Amino acid sequence: MTSDQARTLIGARFSSAQIDGPGGALVVTVPLDQWAAFAQFAKDDLGCRYFSFLTAIDWKELGLEVVVRLDNLDDNMSVTMKTRPGPGVSLCPSLTPLYRGANWMERECYEMFGIQFEGHPDLRRLLLPDDWQGYPLLKSYAVDTPYPPYR
Amino acid sequence: MPESLTLLIAPFVVLNAVIGIVTYVTLLERKFAARMQSRIGPYRVGPHGLLQPIADALKLMMKEDIVPAAADRPVYNLAPIVFLLPCMFIFATIPFAPGLGVADLNIGILFFFAISGMEIVGLFMAGWGSNNKYALLSAMRAVNQVISYDLPFIFAALTPVLLAGSLRLSDIAAAQDGLWFVFYPVIGQLAFIAFVLSTVAAENRAPFDILEAESELVAGFRVEYSGMKFALIQLGEYAHILGSSFLGALLFLGAWSGPGPEWLGPGWFLLKAMFMFLLVTWIRWSFVRIRVDQILALSWKALLPATLLLLLATAVVVVWRANGGA
Amino acid sequence: MTTASPARLEVDYAGSERLTMNMGPQHPSAHGVFRAVLTLEGETVVGVDAVIGYLHRCHEKLAETLTYAQYPSIASKTDYVAAMTSEFAYVRAAETIGKIEVPKRAQYLRVMAAELQRVASHLLWLGTWCMDMGGALGGGATIFLYCIRERELILDLFESLVGARLLYGFYQVGGVRYDLPAGWTATCRETVDLIDRRIGEYESMLDDNPFFMARCQGVGVISRELAEDVGISGPLLRGSGVAWDLRRADPYSSYEDFQFLVPVESSGDCFARYGVRMVEFRESLKIVRQVLDGLPEGPVSSRPGLKSVAQTRIPKGEAYARIEGPRGEVGCYLTADGSAKPYRMKWRGASFSNLSVLPHIIPGHKVADVVAIMGSVDPVFGEVDR
Repeated sequence: MTSDQARTLIGARFSSAQIDGPGGALVVTVPLDQWAAFAQFAKDDLGCRYFSFLTAIDWKELGLEVVVRLDNLDDNMSVTMKTRPGPGVSLCPSLTPLYRGANWMERECYEMFGIQFEGHPDLRRLLLPDDWQGYPLLKSYAVDTPYPPYR
Repeated sequence: MPESLTLLIAPFVVLNAVIGIVTYVTLLERKFAARMQSRIGPYRVGPHGLLQPIADALKLMMKEDIVPAAADRPVYNLAPIVFLLPCMFIFATIPFAPGLGVADLNIGILFFFAISGMEIVGLFMAGWGSNNKYALLSAMRAVNQVISYDLPFIFAALTPVLLAGSLRLSDIAAAQDGLWFVFYPVIGQLAFIAFVLSTVAAENRAPFDILEAESELVAGFRVEYSGMKFALIQLGEYAHILGSSFLGALLFLGAWSGPGPEWLGPGWFLLKAMFMFLLVTWIRWSFVRIRVDQILALSWKALLPATLLLLLATAVVVVWRANGGA
Repeated sequence: MTTASPARLEVDYAGSERLTMNMGPQHPSAHGVFRAVLTLEGETVVGVDAVIGYLHRCHEKLAETLTYAQYPSIASKTDYVAAMTSEFAYVRAAETIGKIEVPKRAQYLRVMAAELQRVASHLLWLGTWCMDMGGALGGGATIFLYCIRERELILDLFESLVGARLLYGFYQVGGVRYDLPAGWTATCRETVDLIDRRIGEYESMLDDNPFFMARCQGVGVISRELAEDVGISGPLLRGSGVAWDLRRADPYSSYEDFQFLVPVESSGDCFARYGVRMVEFRESLKIVRQVLDGLPEGPVSSRPGLKSVAQTRIPKGEAYARIEGPRGEVGCYLTADGSAKPYRMKWRGASFSNLSVLPHIIPGHKVADVVAIMGSVDPVFGEVDR
């Protein structure tokens, strides 16, 4: 399974997906409703069984963007999937049922960006205390927001 | 000297001597371990660290005695004493020279076994009274382990008893005039190895020290003790190790026999006990520890049957020899 | 964080009762600040709730406020035990987006620093793991002191190269910051030879030590399928039978110029991971020797001495750069917007993914095995919490 073969397969199956990325790197932007389906496709048909990471980017007015990177270790190929829930929307289907590695990554994304992952078994804060207010990695959250150091 | 005075002076002298040796044995261990780890050990307090144990003792005496609020007070406070007393009593039947001992009972070694088994009560009291999950877990492991290893310990120590034909410790020492029991063909060496192994395990020394396993249970049953109570527990532990070393030297290494005049006897005895102690220490500082279920498996499935068979074999050999066999 | 447990607990040990025990943030073998809430049935662990975040310092938010020249020194604080490889990921990401050339000499120096760092990190791993298993007053401490003695030699090398022992600032966007001082290569060769011999000593102490094998074999087995699903990397992945090393699969910084073996073991238990790391010691030393033999002349940076903030700008773009660190795949997903500071930096810490495998493999083992497994996973909480 080379990158080009993957490109053809994706193009055939997911017509509404945007495949960009120069030459080698395979970056696919899928609409939100096909997020879990694409991940399933990547795991079964593209052989990307290795879960590298999941993160999000805050594009201010354009909304959030969730980025996931999956690797195919046998063929040395990787797929980066992206999706944009849309301005003001912070909902996303969870990939935890498919990849166990997504568990902690999605918890961290939730606590940093406020994205609710539907279908996640245990969505609570990971790195910050449970009573933290706000979502720190959003651009609207100031770097020097005070938090009482003692309890 | 009137009998009553001897009865008072002898234990007094022995107790003080034991406490003195125990404090300096800690320094010996630290220096020995340090040299194994390519470092020096205590060096600054006194010439070459010789005053270190005194400094440690003073420090422990001056420390604040913190009692956890939820601890079971009577049990918690009594535990170090209940732990320490049996560890001191074991020195009662050990003769340091022919005729020089506190009480040379004709069931000497039996007394040793019986009284050293009592310290497990103090150990469990410490774990229970602290009202601490870690301490309790450690105390439960301790009960398991010490009981499991006391049996092979007894059987291994009974082999010299069979070879000497008496339970009195001075008789066993005297019977080694010609040949130390450790050099007795096959049986002696096997019994010695089994004895050392069970000593290490019964005293909770690494690699069998899951009891205290600091990396998991953070000091185990003594986690809530500080100051003088901690000092008493430490004293008890090292006294027990020392007592077992003396017993081992007596049973296997010929106690006070050695070249030179008679009055050097106790000196040789001390040297041999130190050798046994250093053997245990050497093992301690070389190996990682194994899990509690593996320790118990080793005891019940391997060591106990082995020592039982050894005892039977010794009995057979002794009877065969007595009946004029070669 | 869960609520505090009551001050007085009902210690009613009836054998089948479940006991919730806290292996709290302050613990001699927690390898940093880590809290594992263990549910025990007797001595067997039936559930693990891993609580992390005690070392969270908001690296990702911080990176958005620092320029590309300022951040590499901070990046070393994620995996502080292997600081060189941490900085490597960040500068590689920035260089990929900006299409910045790195001179050959700088690439070789980067490889050498990374491999020496790998040896130092594995020495610390071996020492602390044996100490966890053997006790600070016992055989474990002996091996710990031997390993630290060797690690000090490598840290001395770094000190004469960079000026710092633990957290450097050696890697810069475009190259490295310092060149080798006089006499450094001779000392490096001696140190490498000495460490090679000493590793032989450790192997003879541990390889067929029945106590050690009893503690490690069959403990903490990670199946190949679980390994890929969770996304673990490094010696953990190679210990489970997956032959994946980024230095081979995706060579960076002239790694393709060097000959070295990549060890793979298939049993997936702690002993397998131990075997993998012991071989990696020798292979890293081999690479260092090859670097020293073939070090080319030339500049050590293509962007030396940046004088103004404007010079640190990276054009718009995004890239994910990954490094084979001692713990696994350390990655930096950087989104640049044309200014001197990144728009978004995601740090993929190797230990974060490695640690998340714990709740899947610990249940079923005894309490003592938790310590052995954690040590063989070798987490560094700077990477986990960032």
